[in-house]
Amino acid sequence: MEMPSPNPTILTQKARLVTRLESVLPNQAVIHDISETRAYECDALSAYKCPPLIAVLPSSTQEVADVLRICSEEGVPVVPRGSGTSLAGGAFPTADCVLLGVSRMNEVLEVDYDNRIIRVQSGRTNLSVTGAVEDEGFFYAPDPSSQLACAVSGNIAMNSGGAHCLKYGVTTNNLLGVKMVLMDGTIVELGGAHLDAGGYDLLGLICGSEGQLGVVTEATLRILKKPEGARPVLMAYDSNEIAGAVVSDIIKAGVLPVAIEFMDRPCIEACEAFANAGYPICNALLIVEVEGSDEEIDMQIGLIKQIAAKHRPIEIKEAANEDETKRIWLGRKSAFGAMGQMGDYMCLDGTIPVSSLPYVLGRISEMSTHYGLNVANVFHAGDGNMHPLIIFDANKPGDLETCEAFGADILKLCVEVGGCLTGEHGVGIEKRDLMSFQYSNDDLEAQMTVKDVFDPAWLLNPAKVFPLNNSESRRVQAFAAE
Amino acid sequence: MFEPHDESELTELVSAAQTPLAVRGGNTRGIVHNAEGVTTKNLSGISLYEPGALTVVVKAGTTVTELNNALAEENQRLAFEPMDYRSLLKTTGEPTVGGVVAANVSGPRRIAVGGCRDFLLGVRFVNGLGKVIKNGGRVMKNVTGYDLVKLMAGSYGTLGILTELSLKVLPRPETEVTIILHDLDDRTAVGAMSKALGSPYEVTGAACLPIKKQTVLRLEGFEDSLKYRTKKLTELLGGFGDLDVISSSHNSAKVWHEIRDVIPFHGLDGDVWRFSVKPSDGPEIVEKLNIKDVIYDWGGGLVWIRSPKNIDIRAKAGAFCGHATLVRAEPETYKHVRMFQPENSPIAALSTGLRAKFDPRGILNQGLMSAD
Repeated sequence: MEMPSPNPTILTQKARLVTRLESVLPNQAVIHDISETRAYECDALSAYKCPPLIAVLPSSTQEVADVLRICSEEGVPVVPRGSGTSLAGGAFPTADCVLLGVSRMNEVLEVDYDNRIIRVQSGRTNLSVTGAVEDEGFFYAPDPSSQLACAVSGNIAMNSGGAHCLKYGVTTNNLLGVKMVLMDGTIVELGGAHLDAGGYDLLGLICGSEGQLGVVTEATLRILKKPEGARPVLMAYDSNEIAGAVVSDIIKAGVLPVAIEFMDRPCIEACEAFANAGYPICNALLIVEVEGSDEEIDMQIGLIKQIAAKHRPIEIKEAANEDETKRIWLGRKSAFGAMGQMGDYMCLDGTIPVSSLPYVLGRISEMSTHYGLNVANVFHAGDGNMHPLIIFDANKPGDLETCEAFGADILKLCVEVGGCLTGEHGVGIEKRDLMSFQYSNDDLEAQMTVKDVFDPAWLLNPAKVFPLNNSESRRVQAFAAE
Repeated sequence: MFEPHDESELTELVSAAQTPLAVRGGNTRGIVHNAEGVTTKNLSGISLYEPGALTVVVKAGTTVTELNNALAEENQRLAFEPMDYRSLLKTTGEPTVGGVVAANVSGPRRIAVGGCRDFLLGVRFVNGLGKVIKNGGRVMKNVTGYDLVKLMAGSYGTLGILTELSLKVLPRPETEVTIILHDLDDRTAVGAMSKALGSPYEVTGAACLPIKKQTVLRLEGFEDSLKYRTKKLTELLGGFGDLDVISSSHNSAKVWHEIRDVIPFHGLDGDVWRFSVKPSDGPEIVEKLNIKDVIYDWGGGLVWIRSPKNIDIRAKAGAFCGHATLVRAEPETYKHVRMFQPENSPIAALSTGLRAKFDPRGILNQGLMSAD
């Protein structure tokens, strides 16, 4: 993965920068010894590593503002980091950057059940947002797989999704307001407890901007009352085509399940071997979950089973109790762990129109033969968000490169059929150089002008999202001005 | 009025424009502009509709009626329930999908399922230099690059002229029911709505019409499920006095049509304001304004206000979290009362900066939304 060479001037000024940062932060919040900065050398895209010049761990919005102001004055790039769970390299540092971690800012600031909102500091983990309100029967809906560890700041940066967004939407649909610091140290507030923007929807623009427009320090999130109950049903089919048709028919019938998950044979076999969830071994497995009271669930599952039956299932299995529900989800949720047993893997998250599902799976299988690497598919079928997992051997020379080439071909295919490169992980460095397949130069230029407005010197997370040659003139200008 | 027939005609027109343009869809908002008009109404038609994927792609000039009809054939709908402004504003013309998106128009169901911007999956638009820009796509989950889709929703044609939109649609429920609570004062009404919206029974509308002394709550879904949820919700709201249930789907829909289109204000004089606030703040703001003619939607978070003509009531409301838009007033009034809520200086600088990038020559809907 190509990254711009570090700015040699910045490297020589490390000591001065440390002194300046220590003047606004407690000493233990400025980490500059190489033995300690190494802890921040990568995120969950762990194939790439580079310790930052300095890491800082501010405890307040004002401290974040002070850090950004200093870095802005010094012309030093800043890479924001939540919990470092990005699969796309969103928090991947450069050797000349100050890595700004918000993990110490994890307080709940306000819970307001009447208005159905919670206000938290952005370093708080996704699951602990729900943790703060579940005693009253509420929850925060977006549920990325990494929800135990991932921070709200990262969720906002990547506009994270999860398994249940068919019904509840992704982060942007559940985010009502932020407090954010611009690169020059200005603190701004966008949105709040109201539901729409009075001017331009800057909040919508911030969400998913991968930490390139500002550092979010506080977030106001929508909370919802938990449904009375939820129950999944498993449906096994002979082919991807049939399972794809079932998904489409369920949606057309007017049932809106909270989740529809799809697994192909390699994935089912791996999960079953790993988690022993009781999955039938077949070519395509669907997990459909519905919510409501017992009677409502019975009614919806009845309807789903009717539809499912028309497509000649190999097996239909409804969770009979809480324990079976857990087992069904355990299999799905351990998919990545199961893949980890088979080797190193790369997980992609291109999204496709649901109608192209059988075609895309067929093509991926052909590519798998061509590249000589196995691939397993597990994904959110209701919204077309795929998760092909390519298995490779990191110790075998050339295997990572082959895997990356295979992955790039899958993502290009997603774009070809009318989908996109990334549905929930973000672009980061991983998909940066593929952006030109989805967007024209004019399209990319329009996005980059947004960064010009928020961060004119291109210091925030600069070498991400946009292909390096597209962003080069802007970054070089910043480099020269420094 | 320029009436280009396709995107390329539009790009030529914008590139060649030497003077400002007033961007229009069906011209149903009656915004007065001292500039040559350009309408997208001839950029019309449904380009793609996949009911099984809950997705539709339309040209910006497609009328809302045409889209609604096509969706109804598949038993689907625009779930964000856009209002029709014509009767309130005494305008004619046909609302277009492009217009709905440009103004981010969302009705009562916004409180439950999201607004127009939440259902907008992708856009194509012509920027102020005449370049075609696309963003987003036609899939529900898409985090590829910046979300200009949200930025374009509600930008009132000031950043670009929309030419094509992809939208997520939802199934039309089997039936609907409205529960009516009577004679609640504004604060109690908001309390009742909060209680209903904070329940697991999936309330898809929560409004209060003080003029009629009614607080109304909507449930939608399969008939059996509705029976159950109606029973549970009426039990939950037992402490709020007498209530009635409108179980005829047709009559229930009439209630929400009235709220969506602000029908109680039709044919009556005065300025019309739209306050978007924290739901529990609504009644306090209304008290400060000392105005009786109000409609609360979105559980109290959206307050429609009919006020005496030509007065800037923003000042009387004091500082509040949210914003107020002057939706209807005489042209004279707009000369001294801003249509959009003034933004504080760092936010205004960002907005102005974005506008200068998307429309460097300042020709698109000049003056609208901006600080000057």
